Amino acid sequence: MLKIFTHIYMPNTQQLQDLTTQVRRDILRMVHKVNSGHPGGSLGCADFFVALYQDIMDRKDTFNMDGKDEDLFFLSNGHISPVFYSVLARSGYFPVEELNTFRLINSRLQGHPTTHEGLPGVRVASGSLGQGFSVALGAAQTKKLNGDKHLVYSLHGDGELQEGQNWEGIMYAAGNNVDNIISTIDLNGQQIDGATDVVLPMGSLRAKFEAFGWTVVDIEQGNDIDAVLEGMAKAKSLTGQGKPVCVLLQTIMGNGVDFMMHTHAWHGKAPNDEQLAEGLSQNAETLGDY
Amino acid sequence: MKTYTNTGNKDTRSGFGAGLTELGKTNENVVALCADLIGSLKMDDFKKNHPERFFQVGIAEANMIGMAAGMTIGGKIPFTGTFANFSTGRVYDQIRQSVAYSDKNVKICASHAGLTLGEDGATHQILEDIGLMKMLPGMTVINTCDYNQTKAATIAIAEHHGPVYLRFGRPKVANFTPEDQTFKIGKAIQLTEGSDVTIVATGHLVWEALEAAKTLNEKGISAEVINIHTIKPLDDQAIIDSVSKTGCVVTAEEHNILGGLGESVARVLALHKPTPQEFVATQDTFGESGTPEQLMEKYGLNANAIINASEKVIKRK
Repeated sequence: MLKIFTHIYMPNTQQLQDLTTQVRRDILRMVHKVNSGHPGGSLGCADFFVALYQDIMDRKDTFNMDGKDEDLFFLSNGHISPVFYSVLARSGYFPVEELNTFRLINSRLQGHPTTHEGLPGVRVASGSLGQGFSVALGAAQTKKLNGDKHLVYSLHGDGELQEGQNWEGIMYAAGNNVDNIISTIDLNGQQIDGATDVVLPMGSLRAKFEAFGWTVVDIEQGNDIDAVLEGMAKAKSLTGQGKPVCVLLQTIMGNGVDFMMHTHAWHGKAPNDEQLAEGLSQNAETLGDY
Repeated sequence: MKTYTNTGNKDTRSGFGAGLTELGKTNENVVALCADLIGSLKMDDFKKNHPERFFQVGIAEANMIGMAAGMTIGGKIPFTGTFANFSTGRVYDQIRQSVAYSDKNVKICASHAGLTLGEDGATHQILEDIGLMKMLPGMTVINTCDYNQTKAATIAIAEHHGPVYLRFGRPKVANFTPEDQTFKIGKAIQLTEGSDVTIVATGHLVWEALEAAKTLNEKGISAEVINIHTIKPLDDQAIIDSVSKTGCVVTAEEHNILGGLGESVARVLALHKPTPQEFVATQDTFGESGTPEQLMEKYGLNANAIINASEKVIKRK
């Protein structure tokens, strides 16, 4: 059953939605088991990850750190590791049963993703925020040097853009025509201490990226798999034109679990037994729990 | 006593530049990144010869380190170049997460280390970088002593898989190690044989240690000088073997006494062979403006300081 999704050939919307629902179950069960982790942002990005790994990216069957001749993905906001791990597992990078070890001692599934334990699918550690842009840029430059036409994808939190290093990288990418990169911003408007507009207002991210010389694509329905597919396909079509491409992905934090939505309260909090049951009841077991 | 000839003063940073030029010809995977200090780092040749493999990142060191980490994915061997201060303290978290913890094959090449940067003063001098870098798991830390050794080390680290911190400096100093040397990471070099005191020195202090040994010899004191170019991994055995003969040790470095070579040597000896030790290092202080010679004199980092420390430590045996 699971293997089907490892190599879906041109998946249909229903298949992708089923996988997304299962990923949401995985996220809830992972954080509940260890009573820690970050469900809010993970749930909000489930559709994006499924679209990316099952449709958008051209990736190889086996994991190789160098990732030559395939698309690469870098997760900069590493705290949403639950969604990353679930989609990696269900895309065939490691056994789905291993999700059981999330955040446990001696696990490859560390609280924040790392290469240190050799988990297939992860190419750099992330967690301390704001570093992923630069790493993705470096990988994109190496692809150009290697004559590799594949793309580099990255994901960043919107609050994460408050880190200055991002803007060093954003400036560099446009100034050096790094046009083989698609950087997506998870625009959920929330961070730990509250709404991003309250904690540190960032103004118009579209205007900022455009001022820095990027091409910007909006995905207004970031929790609608068709909208994500369409937006990412558009972003892809805009690569190779001398400018880096930014996707502003509007998501709802906690999407798919009604009491977790539209709030920062579930940024880094695990559900209790009753809340887990409630959350799972809203996300049917489509592909089988691990 | 074996003596060494200064073949003419040269800066260690030019040794780095020459090594990088050589690597440009011999290893097509070597790429270089610089944060607006091409001339200071002597990266001009590499840039001119291999513009496609040279990346000017601007005054943005954090992005430079992150990019270097990313560039390893796909097989490149990035050498980053900026001052030691901006190569370490400014980007510690980037090095920690994206390079060291992620085990990326990045070579962090740092010029203008220590006091000998001179007139720019304490904002640009760093005396804490060895400590910062050696604490990072998996990081190799090298501090070369002259032009020839810096060139050889630059070439050698390209063949070593894993993150490396290569520390060198700005002033023209004695060039005395062999031009055709092969640099072996982690292998100490015994420069003189002695029986009364071991002097373990790194970087610019190695030549000062040789000068000190000459004077000590005239006073009838036999000093064994060891050039510790690699501070991590440290050549424990070379140190233990030497102090087993001499019974005391002086460590000498252009770095804070806290966190430097001296503390690494003290750890080895405390574990394996407790031995009286004196430290030639800065005493938990920032630097200041001045000529390199004035600063090394004021902060006690020259041959005289090593002589005094040697005489003192011998009495503690």
